[in-house]
This record gives sequence, structure tokens and C-alpha cells, in this order.
Amino acid sequence: MNKLLLWQKGLVGFAVAVLLFLYLPIVVLVMFSFNDSKVTSFPLSGFTWHWYQRVLANSQMLTALGNSLYVALFATLISVVVGVLAALALHRYDFPGKRLFQNTLILPLSLPGIVTGIAMLNFYKQIGIPQSLGAVIIGHATALMGIVVSQVLARLERLNPRLLEASADLGVRPIATFWMVTLPSIRSSVIGSALLCFTLSFDEIPVTYFLTGRDVTLPIYIYSTLRRGITPEINAIGTMIVAASILIIIFSVRLLRDRNQ
Amino acid sequence: MKLDRRNAPGFLALFSLPLIWSLLLLIVPYLIMISVGFWLRKYPTFVPDFQFANYAQIFTDPQYIGVILRTAKIAACVTVLATILGYPLAYLLAFTVRSPGLRNLMYLMVIVPLWVSYLLRAYTWKTILGTNGVLNSFLQSLGLIDAPLDIFLYNQTAMVITLTYIFIPFMVMPIFSSLENIPRNLIEASEDLGIGPFGTFLKVVLPLSWGGILAGATVTFCLTFGDFVAPVLVGGPDGTMIANVLQNQFGAALNWPLGSALATLVLLLVMAILWLSSRLDRTARITL
Repeated sequence: MNKLLLWQKGLVGFAVAVLLFLYLPIVVLVMFSFNDSKVTSFPLSGFTWHWYQRVLANSQMLTALGNSLYVALFATLISVVVGVLAALALHRYDFPGKRLFQNTLILPLSLPGIVTGIAMLNFYKQIGIPQSLGAVIIGHATALMGIVVSQVLARLERLNPRLLEASADLGVRPIATFWMVTLPSIRSSVIGSALLCFTLSFDEIPVTYFLTGRDVTLPIYIYSTLRRGITPEINAIGTMIVAASILIIIFSVRLLRDRNQ
Repeated sequence: MKLDRRNAPGFLALFSLPLIWSLLLLIVPYLIMISVGFWLRKYPTFVPDFQFANYAQIFTDPQYIGVILRTAKIAACVTVLATILGYPLAYLLAFTVRSPGLRNLMYLMVIVPLWVSYLLRAYTWKTILGTNGVLNSFLQSLGLIDAPLDIFLYNQTAMVITLTYIFIPFMVMPIFSSLENIPRNLIEASEDLGIGPFGTFLKVVLPLSWGGILAGATVTFCLTFGDFVAPVLVGGPDGTMIANVLQNQFGAALNWPLGSALATLVLLLVMAILWLSSRLDRTARITL
């Protein structure tokens, strides 16, 4: 590297500080999940597993965790199946209203979740679907579908069209072409967007808040607990979620790297 | 390919499920919300109607206008701060870091927080800024303050800090990709012409990264505008945002028509911003 000028040193320092700032809350969360004290303040009081034991003994929290996994799994499945179909249709055909359809699908991603949540609540109320985890699954799948569509469509557009033509020329039926040619080439974008959908659904609050009934997901459970006060148990389950998220992201980065090589 | 009679069956096989799904479960809900905004509230239920009393109430009651303006102010502060903090980081990644390995690692470090629960990251600021929190106890242990200060939490500043923190990666990502796309020979040409690094930045780099700034700022402003978690966790009595008012209309206040009218306004505002942003992006591209 060349010798840095003074302003460049300042820039580097500032940018590194911002990067560290991004990790400050995560470090605080992890640190205090092992701290042997009910309050989150310095000095640290000593190491404990106590808050993790409390999480494992908290049946409400574990039920909420199970509900979140259930919702995220099914919402992701629906988003991926319907989203990949939409991406294939958008890629292959030109039809009137194509841009409008694409923009509508990605609207829930730039619109505050609360508006989508209210719209869906009004709709479910009118057609008589009760507020439930099933309603949440449909809501998440619909709101997150835009991620799958845009990621997979971007990948399809970089795909060599000759591959598909060759497959058709060889007399392979379209469905077989999809399984043997298209799907293997878009695999990383499908898995990547599925992981992103899963993470976002697992963490979603505004839509869930309006659509869920008596069963709560983990973020809603934590959200309602926090309004009453802070307990280090939340730091403990939070640390577990952070660890799982980091594993997921390392996995997906590995996956994309293997594909590129 | 163009849709015609021959390939219509294939098209329908692929497209009917996504089309029906998004019409029924996405577009119809938005339309129903818009129409409920014209309904009448007859406690304890709501009757279908077509009247503008809900909108009249929003635009005449200073309480609602106040909340909308405050929300816009906070969203604007967050957008500006996140841009100021995110730009140098994106610049560093794009130009200063030469090794691709280090750049990938740092880029990964920027996006990892996005994958870590939004709620947890917002909540941690509550534990950092609180009266018995990390910041106060840290300052006390350094001997800088004698007693805990309660100025950090439950106010608008706390909300701006929390939301800025959350949206920095949303700014860094698009700015980084716009900076990465700047042809390096443009920068070299500018330097060969004797324009210093700062002049090059102002005249070449900054204008060419305008699209990235705009994209990041649009997302940040729109999502901050509708946030309801940060105000609940770290906002104080003066920190009510529009999403909290909305939440209340569907909860304790039980006025779905008014809530739907207000949500429709947020929908229109966000769509207007998205439209404006794409227009600005296009005009900026033509003049370059």
C-alpha cells in the first residue's frame, strides 16, 4: 500500500470506528448474557451460565421460539416456490404490466412493515380468516416474495440462453430442462434468498404483530417482555440467535464462493 | 419472448400461481385498507361508507400533523447521519482497501449486522443508554460522572442513535456498489489533469456515487418513517412516531377506519418518495 496522506488516515480511522460501532451492541449483548448480575452495567460481576439455564427452563420462550421456526420455515417454502415460478415467468415472457407486477412484488420491501400488516389485517378481517400463525405464514410469504423474485431474476438474466436452447434442441421437455439445466444454475440464488427470507421472517415484528392471535413468535414475545423491563434472559437467547445467524451467513457466503470457483 | 397464442399455456403454467397469489394476498389487502379508510366508525364496529371525515380529522387535528412532521424530522435526521457515517466506510472499502480478501471480509462485516435480529440490536441500545445502563456505568467507572445521567434514554436523540445504527449498512451497500462501478481511469484522468484528491472527490467521485446515496437514503427514510419498535423501546414521551399512532388505532383506540386512512397516507407518501427517487436518479444519469 502507498503511504497514506493525513486525510486518508483520518478517513481510515473514521471508517474503522463506524465498523466497530456496528458491532458495539452485539458485543454488549453477548458480554452481558454471561454476566452474573440482574442489571446490565459495569463493572462485570463474574461469569455465569445462569441466564442460559433460565432460557432453557422458560417454556413460554421456548414455545415462542418453536412458533418462530415453524412460521419462518413455511413462509420461506411458499416464498421460494411461488417466487421462483414468478421469476421464471418474468424472465421468459414479455407481457403487458410486467414492470408493474415486478414493482408491486417488491413494494412490501421498501414499505414500512406496519402498512403491510394493517392492510393484511383489514383483508383477513373482511374474509373471516382468524388471526393465527397460519395468517402470519401467508403474510410473511407474501411480503418476502419480492426478495426471491429479484434475486433469482437477476441470476436468470446472467444465465447463458444458449444452454436452454441446447436443451430444447436435444428434445428435453421444459420441466426436465428446469430440473437439469435451469435449477442447477440458479441454485445459489435460490438458497441465498431462502436463507434471507428465513432470517427476515424469523425476526419479523410489524406484520406478525397485527396477524398473530394467541400464539406468539419469539420477536413478539421479546417485544412484549421488553415493555415490562429488561431481563438478562433476553441477552442469553439473543446471543444464541446471533450465533445461529452468524453460522447461517458464513454458510451462505461459503456456498456462493464455491459456486463462483 | 413475446407472449402469443403458441406459448400461452407455458406462460400460464408458470405465472398463474404467482399472479393469483399476489393479486389476492397483496394487492387486494392494500385496496381493502384504502377503502376502509373511507368507512365510518360506529362504536363498537365500523360501517362501510364513502366519506372523508377520517382524512379531515387527520388534517385538522394538530396532534396528527404534529406526529407526521416529527416522524419526518426523525427519519430525515437518521437518513443524513447514516449517510455521513456510511459514506466514508463505503469509500474505504471501494478505494483504500487494495487487497480483495480484506475487502470481502470488511464488506461481510458490514452486512453481518443486517442478519442479526433487528429487535435485538434495537433493544441493546436500551441497555446501553439506560440509567443503570452500560454507558452510564462505564462513564462512572472512568470517574467522568458521579451519578448516572438519565439524559441518554427515552428521548428523540436515543431514537435517532438507534435507528442510525440500524440503517448504516443499508447506506453502505448501495454506495459501495456505485463507487465500485466508477471507472478507475476517470479518477486517474482527473488526477493527471492536476486536480487534487479532494477536488477529484468533489467533481468526479461524489457525483458518480449519487445513485448509490439516493438508493440508500430512499430505503432508510421510508423504513425509518414507519418504524414502531425504536420509539417503543428507546423513545420517550416526546418520541411518538406515526407507527405508534397507527398501532394505537388498531389497539386501544379501536378506530380502524382512521387507522386505515393514516396507513393509506403513509403508503402514498412512501410511493411518492420511491417515484421521486427514481425520477431523480434518471435525471442525474442523463446530465452526467
